[in-house]
Amino acid sequence: MNLTADLQGEVLVIHALDDRIDAACAIQFKDRMRELTQADSARVILDLSRVAFLDSSGLGAIVACLKALGPQRKLELTGLTATVQKVFRLTRMDSVFVIHDHLPPGLRHAG
Amino acid sequence: MITFPRVCDMPAEPPGVWTVTVAPAPARVRIVVASDPDAVRDGLQSLFALAPFCDLSAEVRGTAEIVLAEALNNIVEHAYAEYGGQIEVTLDYEHPSLCCEVVDNGLPMKDGRLPVGEIVDLNTLESLDDLPEGGFGWFLIRSLTRGMVYRRQSGRNTLAFRMEAG
Repeated sequence: MNLTADLQGEVLVIHALDDRIDAACAIQFKDRMRELTQADSARVILDLSRVAFLDSSGLGAIVACLKALGPQRKLELTGLTATVQKVFRLTRMDSVFVIHDHLPPGLRHAG
Repeated sequence: MITFPRVCDMPAEPPGVWTVTVAPAPARVRIVVASDPDAVRDGLQSLFALAPFCDLSAEVRGTAEIVLAEALNNIVEHAYAEYGGQIEVTLDYEHPSLCCEVVDNGLPMKDGRLPVGEIVDLNTLESLDDLPEGGFGWFLIRSLTRGMVYRRQSGRNTLAFRMEAG
């Protein structure tokens, strides 16, 4: 599971570079997120703009990351593609996460 | 009008065990995948590279892929568990529906019935720690399919259902 992190001021932006987060890679995704979010930051934004497909295992892994960050640092999401958005909407998980259409102004995309 | 399946963009054969069979109209594709998450992923990607599925809208393909991924990963996890085996997926495109049959030789469904597929009401949760990290699979399957039927016969599980493809 290919993830890169980019600390921009107080915001840790994590870019998911693979096109799927599914049962085949959900555990690696969770482990890698745990490593990357060790970096100290006020906010964590996960950029999913390259992820075309997410299944329930992938969704569970993202929820696990939200919980692992604790109440002080909520996991925010950006760049949900159509199929990913559908999974969040149907399961109502779109009401749990702060979801941005695009990376908030002032933050850079992956190089 | 789709008259005959053809290969649009067939990827090189992945390491997981799978085979693809195409048959004349009505448009039918069958894949056989090993009970393994990587083989499920490779099999689904191959399936959606085949006609008529590669010609469907991205939304229909996305929905079908969610449903099949959930159904197959449940079989990997529960029906075959640690034993392993093969899963057969047959898709028939009958405009405006995709008719699907999924067959495995694994353990039967608990109590011989399909899971209801309910999810937790998120409004009732007291803290972040109570958020569910699983149990979404059958909810998604039921939300996105019609006419779901389950049969257990001669040691085989068969799931049959339809999805909108109009």
